[in-house]
This record gives sequence, C-alpha cells and structure tokens, in this order.
Amino acid sequence: MKILAFESSCDETAAAVVQDGRHVLADEIFSQVALHEMYGGVVPEIAARSHLEVISLLADRALQKAGISRGDIDAVACTYAPGLIGAVLVGVNFAKSAALALGVPLIPVHHIRGHIAANYLAFPELEPPFLCLAISGGNTMLVDVRSYTDMRVLGRTRDDAAGECFDKSARVMGLGYPGGKPIDDLSKKGDDRAYDLPRPAVNDGNPYDMSFSGLKTAVVNIVHHAEQTGEPLDKPGLAASLCRTVSESLVSRTMAAAEALGYAHVAVAGGVAANSRIRADFESACKAAGKTLYVPPLRLCGDNGAMIGAQAYYEYQAGHTAGSDLNAYATMEL
Amino acid sequence: MTYTTHSEKETEDLGARFAASLPAGAVAALYGDLGCGKTAFVRGMARGMGLDAAVTSPTFTIVNEYDGPRPLFHFDMYRLSSADELFDIGWEDYLARGGVCAVEWSENVPGAFEGDEIAVRFEKTGDNDRKITIEGGPLC
Ligand SMILES: Nc1ncnc2c1ncn2[C@@H]1O[C@H](COP(=O)(O)OP(=O)(O)OP(=O)(O)O)[C@@H](O)[C@H]1O
Ligand SMILES: [Mg+2]
Repeated sequence: MKILAFESSCDETAAAVVQDGRHVLADEIFSQVALHEMYGGVVPEIAARSHLEVISLLADRALQKAGISRGDIDAVACTYAPGLIGAVLVGVNFAKSAALALGVPLIPVHHIRGHIAANYLAFPELEPPFLCLAISGGNTMLVDVRSYTDMRVLGRTRDDAAGECFDKSARVMGLGYPGGKPIDDLSKKGDDRAYDLPRPAVNDGNPYDMSFSGLKTAVVNIVHHAEQTGEPLDKPGLAASLCRTVSESLVSRTMAAAEALGYAHVAVAGGVAANSRIRADFESACKAAGKTLYVPPLRLCGDNGAMIGAQAYYEYQAGHTAGSDLNAYATMEL
Repeated sequence: MTYTTHSEKETEDLGARFAASLPAGAVAALYGDLGCGKTAFVRGMARGMGLDAAVTSPTFTIVNEYDGPRPLFHFDMYRLSSADELFDIGWEDYLARGGVCAVEWSENVPGAFEGDEIAVRFEKTGDNDRKITIEGGPLC
C-alpha cells in the first residue's frame, strides 16, 4: 500500500510516499527555518503562506522521486493536529482535495504519533509494545505504546516543553533560533558541571510528569546576573550544564517507566532526540539496564512527511479514515 | 494595584483570585520577560475559574483552549512579531466567543487591544520575588 503523506504543522512543509508503513519511497522537505532566523521565532503568517506555496510542488516532486504516478497512490494522509492552526489547515485541505481527486481514502494522523512512527522507518524489527519518549519544541511526553494505535500518556511536562527550554535558553544566551542545535554544539566545548542548575523535580502526583520552566528561569537568572555584575558568563559551561540537567530529567523518568512496565524496548522521538547529550545518556542507561534503545537518525527526528506516512498505514489498518469534513486542531489528545 | 509574590504558588493564587470574578469576555494582557511567572499566573486563573485544566506553556501552539461554562483561551504571542499575524491565529474569532482571554507576551501585539483590556505587568525583583501590577479589573 502506497501512501502519499503531508506534514505542515510548524516550520516544515513536507510530502512523502511510504509503502506499507515501513519503506520510504520519497521524503521531500521544505524548511522555513532560514526565514524564521530573521525573526527569532516561527512567524505563523509566513508559515501558513509559504506552506501553501510549496505543498503542491513538494507533492509532485515526491511522486517523481518515488517513480510513481498519481494513479499508483492508494491513500492520502496528513497531520491534522496539533500545531499552528493556519499551517495545519494547509496540509489538511490539500490532502482532502488530493484524496477526493484520486478517489482514495483520507487518513488523519496525530503529529506526535507520527514522531513515534519515525522509529518504524528506521528500525524494521521494532513493533509495539514499547515505551517512547516524545520530545520536541511543543511537546514532552512519555508514552506507553501498547499497539500501533493504542497509546497511553504516562507523564508529560507540567509547564514548558524540553525543546522550548532549549529554545528560550538559547535566545537569552544570544544563540539564535531554533536553539537546540547551537546549544548542543556549544555544550561540547563546555564543562557540564560548570553550573548547578535546579533539577526539574515534580514532587506531587504523577512521578513521570516533568517540569522545565524552573530550568529556563534559572538560565535567564544566570545570564542576567552576569550582565548586571559584569562577571564573565561561561556560555559553553552553561550550555553543557543545561544539556546534562535536561537529559538527566528525561532519562531517569523514562528508565523508571520502562522498568515499571517491564519493557525491553525504549524509543525516543521528536526534534529534541537530535540532542547528542540526550542520545549518549540514553545509550549508556539502556546498556546498563539491558534494554534496547531506538533513536531514529537525525533526519527522521525533525518534522517530516515520511513519519506521517508510516503511522497512517497503521491508522488505516485500524479503520481510522476521515471524510472531506476533516478539520484541523491546534490541540488534541494523543 | 501592585502585588508582591514570593513563590510560584503565591503567583498562582493571585491569578486564581484575579480570575474568580472576571466577567466573560474579559481580556487580560500579560506583560513581562521570560520566566516572570505569566504561565504560572494563568494556571491560577484556570483554577480560579473552576476549570479542571493542566495549563502548560502555549508558546509553541500559540493558543490553548480550556473548556468550561466560562472558557479560558490562553494565548502566547512570544513567536509573533506583529499584530498583522493575529488574523492567522483567529484572534478575532476567539474574542467573539465570549470566554476569558489571557495573553502572554502582549508586548508583541500592541494592535490587538482596544483599550478595554486589563494589563497585568510582571517584574522579577528577586529569584523568587515578582512584582505584579494589575491595571484595572476587580480587586484581588
Ligand atoms: N514569585 C514567583 N512567581 C511565579 N514564578 C516564580 C516565582 N518565583 C519563582 N518562580 C519561578 O519562575 C518560573 C516562572 O515560569 P513561567 O513559565 O510561569 O514564566 P513565563 O512568564 O510564563 O515565561 P515565558 O516568557 O517563557 O512564557 C517558574 O519556574 C517558577 O517556579
Ligand atoms: Mg509562559
């Protein structure tokens, strides 16, 4: 089954062709990050407009790369939630028209489910159940993936997402947007014990919940304090300390949950999975606990169309298709 | 009125008292730098409005909706660079729906307000101290 899939929930517009949920035939991405660097953030208006301009070009290019024609497409899929509503709508409306024109099923996919499914593309042997930590600019959640379409959120951030913490810290440190990569790069030159940052502990309720706003605020305070006193700021040390603290918080909870559920497979997904400190810490923790770690390659960690095509295959198997009244949603439970 | 809080909890409690008596359709324009407690304040507002909501930062989604008899629309304009972009996030539609709007990073969208908003200004006066000035609205 060949699925033409679209993703347009934030910075990237993407179109892909995926076969049977596991094989990427084409994966075309147009990134708006260059545009956004000028503004220091995502600009929804520009995002929505340029999604609109490039999406049909990307679709044609994906078919061309896959070496197939329109008649070979068995279904069309798109991200329908969550994200910037104007941007998500571009993908939803384009996918609707494509499905209608081709006379094939339309499959709506939750963006985070797509991130989790990026693992199926990278690891043919991986099948549910497993535990997945989904970490991105807008989300931080620990998910019990019971089956391809039955998932339970075990814990999530109480305030800021892990990626948001990196982005905002990068901004006060003058490192630009998006902040994940520059912080990661800078951290490699720094001492990860240079600063003693607060461990984002959540003391009440769910032990798998997380918190990152305290960490963000601590970084802001350190930078402002240095500015006010004229004391030098050890930026590489601060970046390294931040990566260590975020990583410790994510890894400890994920490993505890994997242990509690008795899972031998641990997956990480989403843009923040690209952080090299987080990857390295997961590798050693899983090795020590005798668990197998799955982290997709960098290209599949960020937003892309292939991951949507992968999840769409399993949503289709479960009967989750939509009509032309499909809507887009800014927020949506997993 | 100016209030001083000494913990996140106190800021949440102030938000709860502030929102308890807000009329439907009220707009709270929040101003203040990163980590000043705007999201914490809105978490309190949701509680004060009797909403059973886990309020998280809307920086990425730009708006989070919390449903109830008097719904709360929690905006974050951090990633917007001008009031022109309000159109794309459906700002006018939200205003017309008669909920309570709380808007973080209001400094980014000066054109959004019509003068009947309640300005709430946050200032960091110490690691755990915040000066919160509420201009207009009910006493809390
Ligand atoms: N008196 C206080 N009131 C509120 N928050 C406090 C106080 N003292 C310390 N804090 C800490 O400051 C942080 C406030 O974070 P919060 O995310 O609410 O700020 P924000 O203004 O929404 O930031 P942003 O601009 O990133 O949206 C929390 O980590 C909180 O624990
Ligand atoms: Mg906030």
